[in-house]
Amino acid sequence: MAEESVLTDDLVRQLINVGEVDILVGLPTHNNAKSVGPVVHAIQEGLLKGFPRERVVIVNADGGSRDGTPGLVTGASIDDIRHGYKGYALRTLHSISTRYANNPSARGGLRTILAAAELLRAKACAVVSPESTGMEPEWIPRLLRPVYHDNFDLVTPIYRRHKFEGLLVSNLVYPMTRALYGQRIREPYASEFAFSARLGSHFLAHNPGSYDSDGSGAEMELTMSAITGGFRTYQSFLGTKIHGEREGGDLVPAMRRTVGVLFSSLEANVAAWSSGNGSQPVPTLGSESEVTLEPIRVNRKRLQQMFCAGVAELEPVFRSILSAATLAELQQIASLGEDDFRYPAELWVRTVYEFAASYAKSVMSRDHIIQGLAPLYRGRIFTFLEENRSSSAEEVEKNIESLCIEFERLKPYLLEVWNTKK
Amino acid sequence: MRELIWRELTQAGEEIVREFAHLLPRLIEMLIITLVGWVIAIALKWILRSALRLAKFDKLSENSGASQLLNKAALPSSTELLSRFMFWVAWLGFILLGVSVLGIGGLQAHISRFFLFLPRVFLALFIVFFGMLAASFFSRATLLAAVNANLPSARLLSIAIRTLLIIFVVSMAFEELGLAEQTVLLAFGIAFGAVMLSLAIAFGTGGRDLARQFLEKRLVREEKSEKEDEPSPL
Repeated sequence: MAEESVLTDDLVRQLINVGEVDILVGLPTHNNAKSVGPVVHAIQEGLLKGFPRERVVIVNADGGSRDGTPGLVTGASIDDIRHGYKGYALRTLHSISTRYANNPSARGGLRTILAAAELLRAKACAVVSPESTGMEPEWIPRLLRPVYHDNFDLVTPIYRRHKFEGLLVSNLVYPMTRALYGQRIREPYASEFAFSARLGSHFLAHNPGSYDSDGSGAEMELTMSAITGGFRTYQSFLGTKIHGEREGGDLVPAMRRTVGVLFSSLEANVAAWSSGNGSQPVPTLGSESEVTLEPIRVNRKRLQQMFCAGVAELEPVFRSILSAATLAELQQIASLGEDDFRYPAELWVRTVYEFAASYAKSVMSRDHIIQGLAPLYRGRIFTFLEENRSSSAEEVEKNIESLCIEFERLKPYLLEVWNTKK
Repeated sequence: MRELIWRELTQAGEEIVREFAHLLPRLIEMLIITLVGWVIAIALKWILRSALRLAKFDKLSENSGASQLLNKAALPSSTELLSRFMFWVAWLGFILLGVSVLGIGGLQAHISRFFLFLPRVFLALFIVFFGMLAASFFSRATLLAAVNANLPSARLLSIAIRTLLIIFVVSMAFEELGLAEQTVLLAFGIAFGAVMLSLAIAFGTGGRDLARQFLEKRLVREEKSEKEDEPSPL
């Protein structure tokens, strides 16, 4: 029933022309003419090599591009790939495009893809970011095979990352998701992922857009939906991810898309997260983590200065969110000089848990709570950068693991503040 | 002579007794109206209090910063305050209704004027409450945005927004009450103009560096290099 409200008549006609498929690859776009070409070629090659006998379709859900992106997707020729490929593709590779809205929305794009997959009865679906210019054709089978052949419901990626990249994920999103829901999913917010028809239908039926108003965290919502719905999860190592400008982006929107969705999920799933202890590894294809170490330029001083300014200026806001003891400790470390400054893991975890409890209680606008966490995150990142300045890949991984254990160890504290706040 | 005095006194006494006998039913009527009004006022107070508690009005008031203001003024919670207000307005209304039954000349006009004024009082209170809510929300939004954009004097900016909004809301409420409309309008215009002028002067001369920094950030795209120095969150 969901597709009735999401799919336009034009898209339904295109989908009827395609007929039932085995595999669907979704490509949500908005003004991606510069990067979408290589991505479409990688998808086509991946499908040709990985699924030559299956009925496949690429569905482009466009959010009102004005640079001809949909034309580039549907017009991408597969002939060059066929010449280089020794095997034979037995099926036609369909490529269709639809405009779901005049403005981009992650939720709008994802729901269009999910509804199209449901209508075409696709057994496995993958979603790929149009900004992943470094994408390899192998990513497609690595994402889709566990769903198509092994009946997994959600496949999230593992990327080869620089040790100082994706710090919001490694310092908050991954450890907290793991501590609460007991599954060690390294990238809960993924721009490339695959899912089963079962999970797609479940998500369409149960997530009418409950978490955030603009739907910017839809990918994370799907992960939360899989974890809390008891679906089978899997991870595939993909390789190096080159993040597009919009994917990394500013800190506050990134926090809304990830931390906002994670905090929101707590309220609806108290029974799921409050009972268990510890965490379990998720079946993984390939390496569980790969870290690169080349030097990069980071303005550490600015991070610490923004933390200190935040603690001083936002005191009235923090008084409504944090306990007196936590706020006092933050004020104490904010008074330290750059050399002595250290935001310990234990205090960081307590801070995050108190924010989560205040978010559930809506002590103020929820968006303001997320914005209030940003300066504190910068302080934590300063410490993380200092602690791992000359660390090897193994040491970085060990530090992230110890932070995860801290999140798991302090889970009773979350329950305590959760119940107090309630 | 004595008889005349006695007769006059007797007549006056009889007049008083007659008047009193004439007034007594209306007095009893007034007392009954007042008593019934008291019961209804208590019931209204209880209903309003329950409705506000159900709607978590105290939380809304806390979020808007109104609770802090009430605490500072040693007043009860906003739910309690509104319930009490409702009680007194309702009871006072019934008392005045009772007094009007007595038929004392000239009082009717005052009483009807009081009843006509009540909706304006309610509207003014409504404006003040939601105005405070808006002032609190926008000042906090400004504070957070300024801190995350690394702008100096974030709290000053937030206080300025709050003050402006409160001035605006209070002037609106006074206008609604019809109290010194011209004076309030003039005072608001002067205060608003003064704040804007002082901000312009402060920003233009006192904070030349800040203004340059601000404009450069907006127009020269220097922000990008700063962002590049911040590790990617995702």
